[in-house]
Amino acid sequence: MNQIRWRLAAGVAGVALAAFAAHAPGQGSTVDEIAKYRAALQDGNPAELWEARGEELWKRPRGPKNVSLERCDLGLGPGVVKGAYAQLPRFFADANRVMDLETRLLYCMTTEQGMADADARKQLFGNGNDRKSDMEAIVAYVTSESKGVKMNVALDDPHVREMYALGERMFYFRGGPHDFACATCHGEDGKRIRLQDLPNLTTKEGAQKAYTTWPAYRVSQGEVRTFQWRLYDCFRQQRFPELVYGSDASIALTTFLARNANGAAFDAPAIKR
Amino acid sequence: MRMSTCMTWVAVAAAAVGCATTPSDSEVNAKAAQMLKASFKEAGQAKLDRLDQDDTQRTCSLYAGKALPKDVAARIEAANLATIQYPADGKLVGDWKNGEKIAQEGRGKQFSDDPQGAVGANCYACHQLAPQELSFGTIGPSLYRFGRTRGFTDETRKYAYGKVYNADAFAACSNMPRFGHSGILTDAQIRDVVALLVDPDSPVNK
Repeated sequence: MNQIRWRLAAGVAGVALAAFAAHAPGQGSTVDEIAKYRAALQDGNPAELWEARGEELWKRPRGPKNVSLERCDLGLGPGVVKGAYAQLPRFFADANRVMDLETRLLYCMTTEQGMADADARKQLFGNGNDRKSDMEAIVAYVTSESKGVKMNVALDDPHVREMYALGERMFYFRGGPHDFACATCHGEDGKRIRLQDLPNLTTKEGAQKAYTTWPAYRVSQGEVRTFQWRLYDCFRQQRFPELVYGSDASIALTTFLARNANGAAFDAPAIKR
Repeated sequence: MRMSTCMTWVAVAAAAVGCATTPSDSEVNAKAAQMLKASFKEAGQAKLDRLDQDDTQRTCSLYAGKALPKDVAARIEAANLATIQYPADGKLVGDWKNGEKIAQEGRGKQFSDDPQGAVGANCYACHQLAPQELSFGTIGPSLYRFGRTRGFTDETRKYAYGKVYNADAFAACSNMPRFGHSGILTDAQIRDVVALLVDPDSPVNK
């Protein structure tokens, strides 16, 4: 753990020095330096710590029923984790609902393990310090088991098809005091907010690159953030009210983006600034 | 019945989205509206009424990033132009130094923001302005030399004030917030941002 931190710190410091030495006006060079910074971050990803903790949590008997999540069916059968994330969201007949991974995990925690919904939702996001999230760890583990697997979200089921269509509506929905929609920032190629490159999520390449690199360890936050968090925080910045974790709008958007990423090899947990 | 609702919807959205290929559009729209209210909860200053769209937001959403027909664009621009309130004292230009601070400030109106705290315009998130600031976004056009390029005239000042107040008056379904119309910035703040753009002494025009 210390070694990962050290390598991370050394890599960041090295790039910062390089950026300083090569400091020249003009946005091209700035963007290049940021790309180098990101490359250095790939060297050691603390998300591995979340994955290890998540695997232990997945396998440990928990909740009032004292059973492990290995009873949980993520779509490929109870306990099957390998490749499960790459085919989500999907329709689950037992819940009569289209679910993404995180909603499904909440479902399994309450139905299989017998937790109260409020208990399952107690710490969905870590606080960047001492209060870590079990959910973020479990998601890190499950998603890591899809590394290299091609995204394959099927629209055969009418419920999923409808969610996809709803997700597309959500993507273009303008609201709030700023008139922002997802499309405001993610509807064109080659755009930046400040120096941050913005993926164009209306293209296949853009959706693939973005969706396959979440969850991610956020260096600035010291936590592994999941796709539910990504949507929650986008809407915060859109000046919307708070997106409910596991809500239909969140699942609809996830369905829209995950399906658009079909065909690309999943490559997360990743690491981001 | 599906046909008639479809026709109503098309009357609103004109030919942007084909009705024949997606006969359930009206149903999806109705479901989307339901889903929306159930999927968000109020937090801090962000109440659920932020999901209630005005005509401009609704129409722009329906076109889903596609080009607007000319008549629809003209209607939106006219409706938004009518909302612009120029200051009663006729003073459109404030202090560019304060305008620069407002342009840098990204906080305001998020549920995580202190409702009594700073509210900025975050111009640099999307625009290049003063050349000293290298960390600028590209969602909007560069505004470097805004005043110098357009001329330091009454016309330029009035356009800048109106554009910041309500961008949709000049470009329907603009990505830019309607800072005055939506009550994001005060009149004094808009004047200061205008100064950053049009004051010959502003770094934007150096």
